[in-house]
Amino acid sequence: MLEGFAALIVLQLAGEVIAGLTRLPIPGPVIGLGLLAAYALWRGGIPEPIEQAGEALLKHLSLLFVPAGVGLIAFGDRLLAEGTRLIAVLFVSTALTMIVTALVFRALAKPEDE
Amino acid sequence: MRTISDPSQFWIYLAEQPLFFLVLTVLAYLAGDRISQATNRHPVANPVLIAVVIVGSVLLLTGTPHARYFEGARFVHVLLGPATVALALPIIRHRALIRRQWRAIVGAMVIGAGVGVISAAGLAKALGLSAGTVASIAPKSVTAAIAMGISEQLGGTPPLTAVLVIATGILGGILITPLMNLIRVRDYAARGFAAGLAAHGIGTARALQVNEKAGAHAALAMGLNGLVTALLAPLLLLLL
Repeated sequence: MLEGFAALIVLQLAGEVIAGLTRLPIPGPVIGLGLLAAYALWRGGIPEPIEQAGEALLKHLSLLFVPAGVGLIAFGDRLLAEGTRLIAVLFVSTALTMIVTALVFRALAKPEDE
Repeated sequence: MRTISDPSQFWIYLAEQPLFFLVLTVLAYLAGDRISQATNRHPVANPVLIAVVIVGSVLLLTGTPHARYFEGARFVHVLLGPATVALALPIIRHRALIRRQWRAIVGAMVIGAGVGVISAAGLAKALGLSAGTVASIAPKSVTAAIAMGISEQLGGTPPLTAVLVIATGILGGILITPLMNLIRVRDYAARGFAAGLAAHGIGTARALQVNEKAGAHAALAMGLNGLVTALLAPLLLLLL
């Protein structure tokens, strides 16, 4: 479990270093995700300790967004300044993006998986 | 450690402990998760939203500055890094399916990313929002760190973008299930992909909660949309 957690933060750090060196506009953890996926494809699977630590983190992924979410309250007055128009844009654009994405996916998907 | 002689000093004592805000964050989430479970994971009973409302109310009522709260909450926040790396797990587990559906993935990715950015910027412009706000809202569907970078590149305000990204995630997590039911898309691959593309990590958290196949496709869409939108950002400069 601890070995798995160590591997995850090492991969994150590797991602941060790569992001810093290459000046890619991609955050370190997302590069770490790619590194882990590439490693797993090469080895044909994910080592058990990483599996265990990763599952423990993903089981309550929502919890990890709470501190950032509380920022909504802290900067709420910014939201309120341009208020309803911002919320309207977010609402319509997010709904539209999800609908179009799902419909395109379905139209191009191989039928057996429907 | 100081002794507490007067009960009225109790709050002051508690508020000095970063641990208190860590405890508050975890308990508020547990409450949100229980409510979510009790309503059979009803989309409106979003655990992130419930926890944010509980913590936010405590901070507002006690006049606690956000920086003080974050001294404790950052221990949870830091885990987002390794958790993001761990999103490779569901992707790898469903790799055979993903490989088979590569056409749907590439097509939905490119069109979805375009719709996400252009609809946000276009609507904001049509509603008469300032150029800075238009630039801040354009990358709202991608994960916060990437979105803030794009916002800066376009001449927006990165902290405003961070707030808009989180709001998009919570909104997307609530909207995904009813919208997909409405348009009768039942395939969890398509549903998850839409959630991750439009609502990044918070949409992915919702997808993982509902179905693992949806979670795998959401994680993939989140990662890919970060890449695609970051690469498209210079083109956006011309549009704005």
